[in-house]
Amino acid sequence: MLQTRYIPCLLLKDNGLVKTINFKNPNYVGDPINTVRIFNEKEVDELIFLDIDASPKHKEPNYKLIAEIADECFMPLAYGGGITHFEQAQKIYNIGVEKIAINTAAHKDLALITRIAEVYGNQAVIGIIDVKKNLFGKYQVVSNSANSKHDDKPEEWAKKLIEAGVGEILITSVDKEGTWSGLDVELTKKITSNVNVPVIAHGGAGSAEHIKEAITIGGASAVAMGSMVVYQKQGMGVLINFPDRKNLI
Amino acid sequence: MITIINYGMGNLGSVTNMLKKIGVPCKITSDINEIEQAKKIILPGVGAFDAAVSRIDELNLRPVLTYKAKEQKIPFLGICLGMQLLCEGSEEGVLKGLNFVSANTIKFKFDNGSDLKIPHMGWNFVKENTKSKLTEGFTDEYRFYFVHSYYVLCDKPENSILKTTHGVEFDSAIQHENVYGAQFHPEKSHKYGMHLLTNFSKI
Repeated sequence: MLQTRYIPCLLLKDNGLVKTINFKNPNYVGDPINTVRIFNEKEVDELIFLDIDASPKHKEPNYKLIAEIADECFMPLAYGGGITHFEQAQKIYNIGVEKIAINTAAHKDLALITRIAEVYGNQAVIGIIDVKKNLFGKYQVVSNSANSKHDDKPEEWAKKLIEAGVGEILITSVDKEGTWSGLDVELTKKITSNVNVPVIAHGGAGSAEHIKEAITIGGASAVAMGSMVVYQKQGMGVLINFPDRKNLI
Repeated sequence: MITIINYGMGNLGSVTNMLKKIGVPCKITSDINEIEQAKKIILPGVGAFDAAVSRIDELNLRPVLTYKAKEQKIPFLGICLGMQLLCEGSEEGVLKGLNFVSANTIKFKFDNGSDLKIPHMGWNFVKENTKSKLTEGFTDEYRFYFVHSYYVLCDKPENSILKTTHGVEFDSAIQHENVYGAQFHPEKSHKYGMHLLTNFSKI
């Protein structure tokens, strides 16, 4: 039987690895290449790297760093950040990355996803949906490191992304990200009950129990983890780690 | 030296990275003369069946691949779509496969209410069916990374060396004489994949 995927989601800024809280205050947590080597030893299912600087600063993806990461990565690898046109995606696939993740650019040019998926397949494109609750407590889709707001409901936007060609959705709760307080199960459920592609729940994972909720109640096919895999415990120092598979479902 | 066939449809970087890691020399080529000299071949592949067959025929690689696999009988490994290309054909397309193994490629089909998703994407287990040098030393704990919407079924049960279940039981690794196939991605499957590629390098 297919196993649930548990995926470290690692944030890049300049050449280093950082961790944020609610998408803010990036804290340096180490060197990406060393981190990949540790995750190799721990045999993690997959890795997602997101460059959090690329879109807001209109930067090109850091191909040199992505290549160094891919060289060391003996598990599937996804990269997101700053991809705005087809040629950039092509360059990243050629480096040896299996999946590219798109968020900000999709809001300006949904056809970009279609162009990429037609050549590399739906399985090679992840649609990222960042969601933040607005003043009235309603879910709002955001992008560009939560600096831009969009009108579509998260589940409506998910359907549009899938129609355009993404084979997977990474749903991130900005309000939960970095808080260790549990994933937004309600938000996850909203997406999984409306789509039939795999959904990766992200933002707030702090324990095996949280992860279980996102899968059993939220219907997620995979869970992405940030703080949990780069810090020893909440409020404590950096420790690249991965929960024992026996404790996960 | 392993020769990796480049016909524009595969994640060649990942395969060479893992071979480098396990210390096996390799080169990537689409040159017919170079392929003629090959001692061992890996045929990778990601994408659609007909697109891949068309690329192989555009590059005129079918005769040389057939000569190496069927006449010279050198060790030949197809990965993912590369394995499906070893078959007679596929439900995904209308073009003929390389036909090195009597097998066909079939689409996963599930009822509407099913929780099973297509593609079969993620880590899954393999079960030994027929003993093979490719899978020597594998245990029940071995798991591999899969991404595919079509699966292979061999005509002869002995050609199926590993089986995996995703709604239906299918052949996740196959062998006919010197020709091997792996539906999963060994190059993305940690030490399990390194073990398989090491076995292949020693055949």
